[in-house]
Amino acid sequence: MQAFTTLTAVAAPLPLANVDTDKIIPARFLKTIARTGLGRNLFDSLRYDADGKERPDFVLNQEPYRHAQILIAHENFGCGSSREHAPWALLDFGIRCVIAPDFADIFFNNCFKNGILPISLPRAVCDKLMQDARLGDNARLTVDLARQVVVRPDGEEIPFEIDPLRKHLLLNGLDDIGQTLQHVAAIDAFEQRRHAEQPWLPGIAVG
Amino acid sequence: MSGTKPRTLFDKIWDSHVVERLPDGTCVLYIDRHLVHEVTSPQAFEGLRLAGRKVRRPDETIAVVDHNVPTSDRRERIENPESRLQIETLERNVAEFGVPYFPLLDMRQGIVHVIGPEQGISLPGMTIVCGDSHTSTHGAMGALAFGIGTSEVEHVLATQTLLQKPARNMLVRVDGRLAPGVTAKDLVLAIIGKIGTAGGTGHVIEYAGEAIEALDMAGRLTVCNMSIEAGARAGLIAPDQTTFDYVRGRPFAPQGEEFARAVEYWRTLPSDPGAHYDRVVTLNAADIAPMVTWGTTPEAVLPITGTVPDPEQVEDEAARAQTRRMLDYMALTPGQKLTDVPVDVVFIGSCTNSRIEDIREAAKIARGRHVAAGVRALVVPGSGLVKQQAEQEGLDRILIEAGFEWREPGCSMCLGMNPDKLTPGQRCASTSNRNFEGRQGPGGRTHLLSPAMAAAAAVTGHLADVREFA
Repeated sequence: MQAFTTLTAVAAPLPLANVDTDKIIPARFLKTIARTGLGRNLFDSLRYDADGKERPDFVLNQEPYRHAQILIAHENFGCGSSREHAPWALLDFGIRCVIAPDFADIFFNNCFKNGILPISLPRAVCDKLMQDARLGDNARLTVDLARQVVVRPDGEEIPFEIDPLRKHLLLNGLDDIGQTLQHVAAIDAFEQRRHAEQPWLPGIAVG
Repeated sequence: MSGTKPRTLFDKIWDSHVVERLPDGTCVLYIDRHLVHEVTSPQAFEGLRLAGRKVRRPDETIAVVDHNVPTSDRRERIENPESRLQIETLERNVAEFGVPYFPLLDMRQGIVHVIGPEQGISLPGMTIVCGDSHTSTHGAMGALAFGIGTSEVEHVLATQTLLQKPARNMLVRVDGRLAPGVTAKDLVLAIIGKIGTAGGTGHVIEYAGEAIEALDMAGRLTVCNMSIEAGARAGLIAPDQTTFDYVRGRPFAPQGEEFARAVEYWRTLPSDPGAHYDRVVTLNAADIAPMVTWGTTPEAVLPITGTVPDPEQVEDEAARAQTRRMLDYMALTPGQKLTDVPVDVVFIGSCTNSRIEDIREAAKIARGRHVAAGVRALVVPGSGLVKQQAEQEGLDRILIEAGFEWREPGCSMCLGMNPDKLTPGQRCASTSNRNFEGRQGPGGRTHLLSPAMAAAAAVTGHLADVREFA
C-alpha cells in the first residue's frame, strides 16, 4: 500500500449528498479480477452520456480537475455496497483524499486499506473548502497527515481527527495482515478456548 | 468478562469474540463464519498467493457464486466472458485453497445471504462476515454479521480475524402488530424513512418489540438485510424460540444432543434488562402502511396512499435540490398519486425478498390474475432449494400461468451484473434493497416495495395498494 504523508493538490468540488457506491463505480464494472483499471469508469453515469461521450459539465471532465487528487463532497459519502472497487476506482483516477461531513462506515474503512485518506469535517468547513476547490488551480489544498491539518490556500489550517492506529498504518503504508499475524498465538489460544466452551460448534465440510 | 454490568446482545457477541484488545481500543475480533462470492474475492485470493499465505480456517469458510450468474438455463456455457472468468477464478481459488464451495449446478447454490441461514451455516451468537454489505441479513439469526471490503476479505482468509472497534448500540423498538397486508419489507422501509439513510451510521441496530418478535425468520431476515440502507454496521434480532425452531435440523447446524447444548447457550444471548443503548427509536406497527420508494435513496419512501412530494415545499436548500434531482431522474411529477405510476418491469427476488415465504406472498396475488400488457415480470428464487420448494408447492405454475418468468437463483436484477437489467428509462417495481441511480441498469428507475406489492404492480401495470386485493 502506498503511504500517505503530505499531499498538495487540486481539489474537485462534488456538492452532492449520499454519493453511493453504485454512483462511484456501477456494478457492471465489477467483473474484474484486478484492482487496477477502474479509474476510467469512476462516476461513470455522471461522467459519460449514453453514447460514452464525456459530459462537459461534470467536474472531473474539466481542467484542472482531471488531475484532482482531492475530492470535496456532502453528507454520507460512499453509502451502499461494500465494494472495494469504489476506493480502487478513486485511487486509479488519482484521488488520494476525500473530504466530506461524514462517510458510510464500510467505504470509510475501505479507504484506509488503499492509502486513501477520508477526512470528516463539519458541513460549514466543507462548504469553505468547496469554495476553495471551485477556484481550481489557483487554490490547491494541502493535506498534512502527520500534523492532522488541511491547509487552505490562504494559509488557514483546519485540524482533523483520525484514529491513531489508522494514522500509523497510513503514514507508513503498512498492510494490516502483517500486523495481525503478530497476534497469531492469541488467535490459536482463542480457538482452543472456543472449542472447549462450544464443542457443539460445527465446522463446514461440503460433501 | 465485563462483570455484572447489563449488556446488549451486541455487547455479548462482541465480548465473546475479542481475541486481544490493543492499547488504542482496537480489537482483534474472531470471525466464526466467512461467506465468499465471486465478485469481491478474486483480488483477496491473489493477495494471499502473492504473500505465500494460506486460508487459516477453510472449515469456517463457504464459497458460492451468486452476483453475476445468469438466471437462465445454466447447463449452457456462460456467455459473458468477464462473468465466466470471475466464476472460473473462484472455482480455481476454492480448489487451490481448500475452501468448501457450492457450485453453480448444486441444488444448494443461491444468494449468499439466503443460503447461510438456509443451510444452518449462520447461527446465533456467531460473528459472520462477507464481502457484501447485505451481510447484515444474518443478524436475524442473532449473529453479529457485517459486510467488509476485499482487503478485509483477505485479512479474514489469512487470520480468521478482523481489526475492529466496537460500534455503538441503537435500539429500534416496534410496538404493536402490523396490519393485514403490511409486511416486514414495509416495516423496514418505514424505519429507514424515519431515521434516514445515515441514521444508523456507526451503530449496530437491535430490532425489538412485539412486531419484531411476531415476525417469522423470513421477515426478520428482510428487516436485518436493509439495516445497511439505514447506514448501520449491522442489524440484530435476539434469538428466541422462532429462531431455534428455524435452525433445528438444518444441514450445517448442531444436531441432536449438540443442538440442545447450543440452544442452552443461545438463550443467554438476548440483551439484559437495563442494558444501555446510545440511541433508542420507537415506532408503532399499527401506523405503518404498505410502503414504496419514490426517489433514488431508500429514505425517499412513502405509504402507497401518498403522492409524489413537491420540492418547492422542502425547506433546506440542499435537500430541495436533491429532491428535484431525484424527481427528474425518476420522471415523476409533484403531487402525482403513487398508485398512478405505471411500471415496465417487476422484479421479485434478491437477498431481501427471495425466500419461499416471499414467493408464496407473490403467488397469492398472482393466482387467477395475469401480468398486465407490456409489463415484464421476473421471479428469481434465492436458492436452488427455494426454487425446488416453490415447485413442490406448485407456485411456479401459478406464477407462470399468470405471465411471470420463473428463473434460476442468483442476485439478478438487484444489481444488474448479469443479463437481467433495466434499459435506460425503464421503471421497475422491485423487491430488492437499493433504488440508487443506475442500480438495476444504466438509466433504470427503481421503486422498492414488498413481494405482494410487486405482484400487485405486475398485474395492474402500475404501483398499487395490495390491501385492495384481499
